[in-house]
Amino acid sequence: MASTVETDSPPMQRVGHRSGFAMITAVRRSLVVLGLLASLGGCGETVLSPIGPVGAAERTILLDAVAIMLAIVVPTIVATLAFAWWFRAGNSRARYLPTWQYSGQLELLVWSVPALVVLFLGGIAWISSHELDPAQPLTSTVKPAPQTLEVEVVSLDWKWLFIYPDQQLASINRLVVPTGVPLHLRVTSATVMNVFFVPRLGSEIYSMIGMATQLNLQADQPGTFPGLSANFSGDGFSDMAFTLEAVDSGKFAAWVTETKSAGDVLDDNAYRQLLRQSQNIQPYTYRAVDAGLFNRIVSMHLPAGYGPGGSPSTGER
Amino acid sequence: MFGKLTWDAIPLDQPIPLGASALVALVMIGVLAWVFLKGYVPYLWREWITSVDHKRIGVMYCILALVMLLRGFIDALMMRSQQALAFHGPGYLPPEHYDQIFSAHGTIMIFFVAMPFVIGLMNFVVPLQLGVRDVAFPTLNSVSFWLTASGSFLVTISLVVGEFARTGWLAYPPLSELTYSPGVGVDYYLWALEISGIGTLMAGINMATTILKLRAPGLTYNRMPVFCWTSLASNLLIVAAFPILTAVLAMLLLDRYCDFHFFTNEAGGNPMMFVNLIWAWGHPEVYILILPAFGVYSEVISTFSGKPLFGYRSMVAATMAICILSFTVWLHHFFTMGAGGDVNGVFGILSMVIAVPTGVKIFNWLFTMYGGRVRFTTAMCWSVGFMVTFVIGGMTGVLMAIPPADFVLHNSLFLVAHFHNVIIGGVLFGAFAGYNYWFPKAFGFTLDERVGKASFWFWFVGFWVTFVPLYMLGLMGMTRRMQHYDRPEWYPWTLISMVGALLILTGIILQVVQLFVSIRTRDRRREPTGDPWDGRTLEWATPSPPPVFNFAVYPNVSGEEPYWGMKQKARESLQMSEEPKYTAIEIPRNTPTGFVTAFFAVVTGFALIWHIWWLVIVGLVGAYATFVVFAWRDVSETEIPAAEVAKIDRANRAARNAELIALQRKVPA
Repeated sequence: MASTVETDSPPMQRVGHRSGFAMITAVRRSLVVLGLLASLGGCGETVLSPIGPVGAAERTILLDAVAIMLAIVVPTIVATLAFAWWFRAGNSRARYLPTWQYSGQLELLVWSVPALVVLFLGGIAWISSHELDPAQPLTSTVKPAPQTLEVEVVSLDWKWLFIYPDQQLASINRLVVPTGVPLHLRVTSATVMNVFFVPRLGSEIYSMIGMATQLNLQADQPGTFPGLSANFSGDGFSDMAFTLEAVDSGKFAAWVTETKSAGDVLDDNAYRQLLRQSQNIQPYTYRAVDAGLFNRIVSMHLPAGYGPGGSPSTGER
Repeated sequence: MFGKLTWDAIPLDQPIPLGASALVALVMIGVLAWVFLKGYVPYLWREWITSVDHKRIGVMYCILALVMLLRGFIDALMMRSQQALAFHGPGYLPPEHYDQIFSAHGTIMIFFVAMPFVIGLMNFVVPLQLGVRDVAFPTLNSVSFWLTASGSFLVTISLVVGEFARTGWLAYPPLSELTYSPGVGVDYYLWALEISGIGTLMAGINMATTILKLRAPGLTYNRMPVFCWTSLASNLLIVAAFPILTAVLAMLLLDRYCDFHFFTNEAGGNPMMFVNLIWAWGHPEVYILILPAFGVYSEVISTFSGKPLFGYRSMVAATMAICILSFTVWLHHFFTMGAGGDVNGVFGILSMVIAVPTGVKIFNWLFTMYGGRVRFTTAMCWSVGFMVTFVIGGMTGVLMAIPPADFVLHNSLFLVAHFHNVIIGGVLFGAFAGYNYWFPKAFGFTLDERVGKASFWFWFVGFWVTFVPLYMLGLMGMTRRMQHYDRPEWYPWTLISMVGALLILTGIILQVVQLFVSIRTRDRRREPTGDPWDGRTLEWATPSPPPVFNFAVYPNVSGEEPYWGMKQKARESLQMSEEPKYTAIEIPRNTPTGFVTAFFAVVTGFALIWHIWWLVIVGLVGAYATFVVFAWRDVSETEIPAAEVAKIDRANRAARNAELIALQRKVPA
């Protein structure tokens, strides 16, 4: 087989003809797209623009690790392309070493370079997985340290229930928190597994039936931020979004007072209504919550989500 | 009479599924009709369906993989276009359909594309590289293949009759339990994977036994080609890991069929145990896929650099290190379960440690090219493209092995981009490199290089255009499996990703064109010597396609790169080795056992899915009867007379001799 040297680049312009109606949509909305692309130049709404200490620490780790690895990865890619090109069959200036297949020094190098990188990154992994363990309480830098806000989170088909045990109120699909205050979340599921995730706040955590996971977070920057379920949970999954509203302490206190003045009470009967599948639920609140509701959910004294059948799958205990 | 099966199972009221199923049915009927009308049935039955020849079975595995690749890719196109269109709107696929699409895409691509592709390549190549005439258990090999085909056939039936799982490709409970998935979709998923999983396990046992017990005289472990080493590691992993898959899916089946409570919400079930067990299979699985691909790259880069592989012993050590370490990292798939700093830290570090032997491999391929004469064939393009792509995928993998980084990237499109980066850029590129490299060995003519390279470039560029946006979307907090969204900052990236998918589509079309053009012009592309690439391992010592017995006489191996040594000797002396003494060869007789067993497996699986209990009994009795009939067979081998062996081998020797004479003319005396 005669050897040839690769020089062709792909004829990209032909693609446009094959792309069907999705591309027509793209053309129609191209102005919008261009504007959006321009806006992405800044940091935007990403996990790299955190609003709290947990997300900030995670961003640092993420960027540091990428930088360390790029120091190896980029030279490797360059060397791959350079070797392949220089030692191409047609290059008479390149030395041909048809039997060269071993070099002790190089062997030492090829084992030690990745080993050293992994040693370094492994240290980062070990230390950071302890420091940023979701169950690890946050220490506030402010003196006197504000009291941690307790929130109990329940994932349902397909909405989020947030219970404030100390304030004795509850909210659906909207999590209001004071800025600069450490949050301690206990997360469970009344249905299939979900993941509680506010990308700009940091760490996500599984919500699982019969168990409560713990998550410590803090929002330092006021604003409204999107939250979602990061684990597929069925047909209504895409609408299982919620908003995180970070407000200053005064506004939070006002919100608590306002919420407690109107709305329904979340008792066992009201909770059973939530077990039916529903999606795209607009946020609303409950003025009061039965004490210990969350613990009764975790200990499974209340039934699990009904599923598409719409009624409890087995008898209650 | 027909259990849960009624006319409602056929999606007559939904245009997209109905169109898709009608198309599939039409294509199947069309192919069958064409085969019947052309009178190919006896040929296909005799030479392929009942064949126990490892080369034929290997080719059939690869054909299955290529066909299912088309199906899986159509799913991929639908997902990309749905997300591109579903900004502030429902798109064109409702959730109950979209959820099936991404579940089927993952299931098909892993179990019925990547697995059959690498198993097919191993089946075809390993016995040839070992210098032997067949695998250890030829009939079992046929059964394994046909069971894998049964699984993919059940998945295909689900398109027409009923539905597929709407749970994601690993069907996590409790979502996959009866309460939340009462339909037959999950049952299709489970039975398809149980049946094909048993096929895979038997294929693994077969191949591991072959490598451990059957090798040409002199082919010791430290002379084995690296592809055989990576195949050995991969098949040992199959033997160790697939029983876990079969068992954990069986537990879920017991939950769904017999009211057990392994993973249910109620009665003490623990859904997380499923997650734990499925990943105890799932992480070794990715190394089952990538290790043979690493072997392909080792062969391809060495051959086309005109050099032995750099650091052979390091390569073998790295392969076996990956083989063992792959069983120690599965927990990184659920760092966000809240297991605590110690557990996450240990598994994070172990996940990184596995990058060390992988990095060694990359460097060794690099130094194999150093001082070589690199010929940029299509197979070599795939290999260099792999090296560039895979280091990025490896980097994002190590990144997510750091638990706190995973806490913000887990389940996001960043993760999706990462595993496509290593599975497409690693496994699939390797499979395509192997396909281009060994195709002339299988069929006696080479594939078109020009179209082949064009398809490579479209795939390569298309891959990056598709998945860089997914990396970006992951960083922007977009999670996987979303049917629609209303975040404007995500929208442009889903559009770009869609364009990338169309570039890959062009690459796939060009691969079909490449095959078509090459078959049309095969007479010009014939390669009489059987060694089109100036190869170094024993498969190139046989004619192309190799005769059913592979080697007229067992090669006698006296060093690494056995065939290269023989060839150099002939080139230096300008003389062929002496003609050996030919003897008659016994080969295993063809048998329809595999095909018939698979037929009954499909019947049983289908009946179980639809609760047609009498048909279950029919299927099981049929499968058992097939086994009994096979066991009672008296004559299991046929003999090829010495004269026939001599005729085939002499023809090949004549072609090789002609090559030598041509070389003689070039060398000044």
